[in-house]
Amino acid sequence: MKKRKERIDRGIKVRSEDIFALCSIREMLYLSTPRLLPIVGCLVLPLVLGIYWQRVLLSVAVFALLAISWDILVQSSMVSLGQALFFGMGAYSAGVLNHYLGLSPFFTIPLATVIGGFMCTALLLPVLRLRGIYFAMVTLIIPLMLTRVIEATKIFGGTEGISGLTPLPSRWLELYLVLAVLLAALFGFRRMMDSDYGLVLKGINDNDRSVMNAGINIYWFKIQALFISSSIGAFAGALMTHVYMFVGMPVFALDYSILPIAAAVVGGPGTLAGATLGAFILVPLSEALRGVGGLRIVFYGLFLVIFVVALPEGIFHYIRRKYLQFERWVEVEK
Amino acid sequence: MVAGTIIYALINSFILALMAIGFNLTFGISGVANFAYGAFYVLAAYVSWILLNLLEFPYPVSAVISILFTVILGALMYRFVLLRVRGQPVSEVIATFGIGLSILELFRYLGFIGFEYTMPVFIDKSFFFFGTYVDMQRILIVIIGLCLIIFLWFFTHHTSLGLAFRGIAQDERTALTFGMDSDRIATLSVSFGAGLAAVASTIIIPLGTISVGEGYDVLIKALAVCIIGGLGSTGGVILASFLIGFAERFTDSYIGSHWTMIVSLAAILIVLIIKPSGLFGKQKELEERI
Repeated sequence: MKKRKERIDRGIKVRSEDIFALCSIREMLYLSTPRLLPIVGCLVLPLVLGIYWQRVLLSVAVFALLAISWDILVQSSMVSLGQALFFGMGAYSAGVLNHYLGLSPFFTIPLATVIGGFMCTALLLPVLRLRGIYFAMVTLIIPLMLTRVIEATKIFGGTEGISGLTPLPSRWLELYLVLAVLLAALFGFRRMMDSDYGLVLKGINDNDRSVMNAGINIYWFKIQALFISSSIGAFAGALMTHVYMFVGMPVFALDYSILPIAAAVVGGPGTLAGATLGAFILVPLSEALRGVGGLRIVFYGLFLVIFVVALPEGIFHYIRRKYLQFERWVEVEK
Repeated sequence: MVAGTIIYALINSFILALMAIGFNLTFGISGVANFAYGAFYVLAAYVSWILLNLLEFPYPVSAVISILFTVILGALMYRFVLLRVRGQPVSEVIATFGIGLSILELFRYLGFIGFEYTMPVFIDKSFFFFGTYVDMQRILIVIIGLCLIIFLWFFTHHTSLGLAFRGIAQDERTALTFGMDSDRIATLSVSFGAGLAAVASTIIIPLGTISVGEGYDVLIKALAVCIIGGLGSTGGVILASFLIGFAERFTDSYIGSHWTMIVSLAAILIVLIIKPSGLFGKQKELEERI
């Protein structure tokens, strides 16, 4: 029996370039597995993991959200080195609403998502016209400045922070809430970036002058992208505030800026799925490396360098390419 | 009181100028924003400390070795990392930031934290000016800072290598047609920038302790000065370091030491909003920024 190799995707592509005209269950599975895998994973994983690894999964989801938020910003031509700003703004909004106004987490989290988004957008509004590394420098500086402001003015508990905040009713709720939001953000914003709206955002990244030439107000679009991105980060911050029942200066720490970038770079920027994959690789890895303590950040730094230099496309693009080139043995027809 | 504040503001300005000048040199010539700059600054100090205290080298020798080490490391960083991502500013920033982070956090992990990590001053003496004591080290900072600025000006205007630097900075392609190897010049610019960071740390560190946090602070200060002055413009950097230096010292004396960092950071934001190309920035830089 002679065999030849056949690419699985070829048949589908020949029959329809864009429209999926699927002929068999197998082809449907081939296309839907990569999409179903994260959904099923997010639903099943909390059930099989112990309490410790459930906590890890929670922080995986939080960092994945931050990485998604970074990726959306990058795709709309804004490179941020300070995701901690979004995270911290959301965290402080939720903490303040809960501590001073006594609102329950079910109100503070959505409110903090919106308020945090608005505040970050307002803070970065003056520098929205800057490009490239200039924008990056400002985003690096603002979270540091905010910690100093909190230290100097002693607002919101100063260096001590605010503790004793209301937790969410159960750990299942917080875990499934963050996973649901992660999945919604991942698939929703992926779809958004593929729509005409996302095309404009990507166009701003590729060539902002020509987008301007098309009569589109790029700053208005950048503001919207910034608001979307910072709201995602603020949600992550607000949720973590209620999980830790504490908000303080550590929310502006470098960890929350570096890990999302590392996740997005390792996973592969440009597709939000890459950022999520990166978080799912890096965060458990850092838990496994907990024994080495501070050396973790050294590893993140090295990961960043190695991936930027050696595999700039990231793991996700690599896997995706390989998946689309899967081959199988079939009989040669007589 | 006022005279003392002015003297210390002047010294502070020179410290800032010393910190920023290497970052500015690298960025002005090769366009690489070296986010590992602060790490090089701290690295040089730690290398020098290790040589001095653990291997018991004489002080001048250990200082020179640490500067050379940083210069070589800068060249290696360009040759093996930055060369591959050249022309992609975002990748350059992420790669250098990653390197800087690794260096700094490695020192933190190895336990190089504490008050014993200090360097001795060059000459232990102090003078009395206008009712204020000023120690020799601070005077040396002003003198060496002045010498370095004059030397750099001379170097970039009157030596062939310095002229090649400026040529690459002005127009890389035209410079290439004149036979200037842009990769070699860029390597040199990154390593010179790192070397200047090491020189700055050698002079400035004896005033305080060596700490990991200093690395981030130096990076932020260098960025602040360069953004306000206009990246790549030496005159702007000097003016900006005087502006920030005086502003910081006066807020320290009259408002409170907590606010010093906030003043410089707020200054960056205001300058970026009002004049995004910086005080001395040229039109070309404006295009890059907006």
